[in-house]
Amino acid sequence: MLDSLLALGGLVLLRDSVEWEGRSLLKALVKKSALWLVYHDFFRDPLNWSKTGEALPGGPLGALRAMCKRTDLGPVTIALDSLSWLLLHLPCATLCQTLHAVSYQDSCPPGDGSPVGKVHVLGLLHEELHGPGPMGALSSLAQTEVTLGGTMGQASARILCRRPQQHPTDQTQWFSILPDFSLHLQEGPSKEFQPQSDPHIPLVDPMAHLTFNLHLSKKEREARDSLTLPFQFSSEKQEALLRPRPSQATSHIFYEPDAYDDLDQEDPDDDLDI
Amino acid sequence: MFPELNNLLNTTPDRAEQGKLTLLCDAKTDGSFLVHHFLSFYLKANCKVCFVALIQSFSHYNIVGQKLGVNLTMARERGQLVFLEGLKSAVDVFFQAQEKPHPLQFLREASAGNLKPLFEFVRDALKPVDSGAAGWTYPVLLVDDLSVLLSLGLGAVAVLDFIHYCRATLCWELKGNVVVLVHDSGDVEDEENDILLNGLSHQSHLILRAEGLATGFCRDVHGQLRILWRRPSQSTSQRDQSLTYQYKIQDRSVSFFAKGMSPAVL
Repeated sequence: MLDSLLALGGLVLLRDSVEWEGRSLLKALVKKSALWLVYHDFFRDPLNWSKTGEALPGGPLGALRAMCKRTDLGPVTIALDSLSWLLLHLPCATLCQTLHAVSYQDSCPPGDGSPVGKVHVLGLLHEELHGPGPMGALSSLAQTEVTLGGTMGQASARILCRRPQQHPTDQTQWFSILPDFSLHLQEGPSKEFQPQSDPHIPLVDPMAHLTFNLHLSKKEREARDSLTLPFQFSSEKQEALLRPRPSQATSHIFYEPDAYDDLDQEDPDDDLDI
Repeated sequence: MFPELNNLLNTTPDRAEQGKLTLLCDAKTDGSFLVHHFLSFYLKANCKVCFVALIQSFSHYNIVGQKLGVNLTMARERGQLVFLEGLKSAVDVFFQAQEKPHPLQFLREASAGNLKPLFEFVRDALKPVDSGAAGWTYPVLLVDDLSVLLSLGLGAVAVLDFIHYCRATLCWELKGNVVVLVHDSGDVEDEENDILLNGLSHQSHLILRAEGLATGFCRDVHGQLRILWRRPSQSTSQRDQSLTYQYKIQDRSVSFFAKGMSPAVL
């Protein structure tokens, strides 16, 4: 499933965390899907501080908007590293509108009727940086969400895929990225990472040397097993309640008032001082 | 520098990795011993160091540095150390006319500013000099600390942008290192600080987190250090991604031990 993520169009969100980083998966997916790579370098000078005139006009948002107006018809994958940077610097609504315009281009073909190639937008999003509002907004825009996690040194990706008019699918895939950024899918956490019990500590039976008896004899065990719990609603009890027999009614209280008892119904505790 | 910490990080001044961002953070304790460690480490590695010190005075770092075997005054005189003493020079913003913007120019601005003047100061301090006679190995930026910039009125995004530019210039272009300290507010709800801490965590290659003990103060164990290496998910990686040790700070060194193995307890 992980290697066919980009088969569907639309926005694919790659959600990572500090502990499980997603940049290498992003690179692996780009490597898998790209035949021809165009690299827009916004790393060195995203805010145009150097003012050398080399920066693209409009910054990263301008470049993204320019992709909405593309005229070539082949399928294209736009990888964004990272969406978090865009979300911190731009209003959430602007970013969502731009992403929607870019990723749903193929639903509005140009006037001459020729089909536009599929657009895949792959965005890296750092989960801890944003509140539930922006995360929810991007999540609702996305066709597919991949959340990175893992255990015992082995990374996993939880893939939540929402296809139109179909049930959403939820799968977990264990994987690793090889040094050349190719994706290696795995069945589960590899055995060498599973915790081994320490052979140096001998297992001690805590019940071995006690001064009291914790064991039950056979007769005691049988008696215990056949005991019905007092408040357990068994079928016998149900029968008894449905057909009450006066002779076997609930318990009686036998009360013999002695000389000093004064049963005054209006003041049973004898503490009113009116 | 603390030799035991070098062992834990598997590094020495001669063969330290280059092009890395190291994030130091502390929660419920004082993590400044890590700053002193890296300052003396990189001076001993013969690096050109730019130290943006916003918390303490030069003499404080000098006194601690001498206990760790480095002389900051001499390093500054021979040009190895460029020291921006925030406490002193902040006053210059107001009382001295400058031809170009002061590194801490944002203090004068009423609206949310940016740290472009500070970045330009760092870049000019660390760019390789053509004469090259001094022969420093690689440039290093050290900041103590970034949380105070939030208290001085900057937004978290402005500080993240500053570190981004420092990373692009120092780590990527000049193959140097950046080490920054951020405080973790912990229980106190500080959204800006959390954004700063998480944003930097995502950009870092190594995160050292000094935490106070959950049970409170102790005479023999001063805290716990968590080391997190952020590496791509590789199948052949044998090293652990994360280690936790407890430590005790002494006069001239810091001793580290596994949890529960303090010499005072054994």
